[in-house]
Amino acid sequence: MSSIPRALRRGRPELYSDYASDQAIWNTPAKRWSTLAVLLFALYLPFTLNRDLMGLATLVVVYAISGIGLNLVSGYAGQISLGHAVFMGLGAYTAALLGGSPTNLVRGFELDMSIWLPMAGIVPAVVGWLFAPIAARVRGLYLAILTLGLLFVGEHIFKEARWLTGGSGLGRKPADPVLFGFDLYTRRTVFGTDLSREGVFYLFALLVLIVLAILARNVARTRQGRAFSAVRDRDIAAEVMGVPLLRTKRLAFTLSSFYAGIGGALLTIVLGFTTPERWNLLLSIDFLAVVLIGGAATITGPIIGAAFVVLMPRLIETFAGSLPFVSTSIGGSCLGGLCLLNVFQLQRLLFGAMIIVFLVAEPRGLFGVWIRIRNYFKAWPFSY
Amino acid sequence: MEILLPSIVRGLGIGSTYALLAVGFVVIYRATEVVNFAQPALMILGAYFTSWFVIGIGLPFPVGVIAAMIVMAGIGALTERVAMRPLVGQPVFSAAMVTVGVFIVLTMVANRLIGPDILTVGDPWGLERVDVGGFRFFRIDLAKIVISLGAISIVGIVLKRSRIGLAMRATSLDQETALAQGVDVGRMFSLAWAISAALAALAGMLIGTGAGGIEATTALVALKALPVIILGGIDSIQGAVIAGLFIGIAESLTRSYQPEYAPWLGANFDVVVPYLILIVSLMVRPYGLYGTPEVQRV
Repeated sequence: MSSIPRALRRGRPELYSDYASDQAIWNTPAKRWSTLAVLLFALYLPFTLNRDLMGLATLVVVYAISGIGLNLVSGYAGQISLGHAVFMGLGAYTAALLGGSPTNLVRGFELDMSIWLPMAGIVPAVVGWLFAPIAARVRGLYLAILTLGLLFVGEHIFKEARWLTGGSGLGRKPADPVLFGFDLYTRRTVFGTDLSREGVFYLFALLVLIVLAILARNVARTRQGRAFSAVRDRDIAAEVMGVPLLRTKRLAFTLSSFYAGIGGALLTIVLGFTTPERWNLLLSIDFLAVVLIGGAATITGPIIGAAFVVLMPRLIETFAGSLPFVSTSIGGSCLGGLCLLNVFQLQRLLFGAMIIVFLVAEPRGLFGVWIRIRNYFKAWPFSY
Repeated sequence: MEILLPSIVRGLGIGSTYALLAVGFVVIYRATEVVNFAQPALMILGAYFTSWFVIGIGLPFPVGVIAAMIVMAGIGALTERVAMRPLVGQPVFSAAMVTVGVFIVLTMVANRLIGPDILTVGDPWGLERVDVGGFRFFRIDLAKIVISLGAISIVGIVLKRSRIGLAMRATSLDQETALAQGVDVGRMFSLAWAISAALAALAGMLIGTGAGGIEATTALVALKALPVIILGGIDSIQGAVIAGLFIGIAESLTRSYQPEYAPWLGANFDVVVPYLILIVSLMVRPYGLYGTPEVQRV
């Protein structure tokens, strides 16, 4: 980068003279500035939004963490996993066991967050590492079906391990988010402003997301990341070129499970009480939607996708009152006199429709939509 | 023996409905190489229409069932035309994910139609038992076996003997060559979805006539056809039948004996058994008992 005089680089953001600057995380000034702007916006949110919306924003952040994890294995490495929910559940219950308080139903060790949060990632990662050789034996849709099997077996184990999960339909409380004696889920005064407990926890989750997102982006830029893409594009060709298939898939599964576990542990804190039924097929599909709607094999994609998947139901709920033929509650009345759907049904219906629309019309997801817009303005006034 | 034989027959009953659903998967897979994750939703819609025709309108039971199958065949073909056809030539994974989207949409439609109620489909068999050689079996299990295997044989014979069956097999062998020989490949795709949806409706009826009736969540039962197609081979009708019956018996025997001999495995362990068989069979024999091993090119 230094070899070109600054005056020459001005106005030529994509002029690189070495690989290091070409491969940098923020390789154009526009990316640097937009990342900074998004970050400042995200940091500003807890100072303006109310508690309810802050909970929603935290949910976006947590979904983004797990979504990035699924994107590592499914987007970058091309290994379709429907078992993501199991790894999330595993992380959540590891956290609850180590950091939660015991009751007469469930066990808990009341440890500090500095212990349970890393463990919530490490335990699923170890399970992912052990599961990878099994998963590496099959490919494509067979893998999707295999992980579906894992999902049902995992759900059964969660339901039966009552000392850990509280059992079917009962559930348990999550771990206590106390980091080095500092409770992350109470009201705090920051810069002279009162922050709600949701706001405080949001800031912590945001920090975790930033660290994990940069880590994932860096993994994608390394030799291992390129091996992921090679395996995704054609696994046999990758093997012929000397990419070790098992080791690459194993790394992808391990990393993805780590992210899933952290996301799962944080998710339980946002949601409060969780039952073993939560970690089911629908949650896995939610995360596939995060990846597909956001944009596969990107880091920004799952973050946008998470925002979309979490916020869309709320938007529908907000505007349902002014939509015809939709009731705002089960058995409620509707505009137009005729009730065709209630809000919940409309949400799921649009969710399914969105998956179809994106796969048919824009397989690169919302990130692809952004690339189209960007390229339009880059080439303006020409259309190519 | 008093427990063993009835549970085997019950297993054959459940297994034959699994086989019926699995054949739906196989027919679609052979035509389009897509695993149709929307099958559970098609099943539940089929059960709804059966109930509507039989209980709601009051048609005689066989007529109502056939009417529901025809309606579902139409819905299946329509789904293929709207959601799947634009994805011809796209990666198989995209198409499979679209079927997941279709699953969500159709399940929601079924949910809207059924509501919180439990749907009854009509009860032509009741809880009556028949005596066969000193053992008493539920009529419903026998009905499931006879109807499922009958429907599967009809589909098998049509695919093997008729002109349309030949065209479908040509399509599954090589779509472009089939097109060059004058086969309407698009129509074959629609036909595969129509057959599959009709079979799903029939399976929905068979599951619905049981004691429990049909709820919106019964859809997940149809996912047990996935272990069946993996064990039997994803492109083999014969495999689907044998694996379906095997998994049905395995599940039924587990339900009878596991609480007594292995209680530590937990309640409702029989629900997980098909998925354990799925994982083991993928490890040992990834292409199933009768499946064609995939040939890969670099």
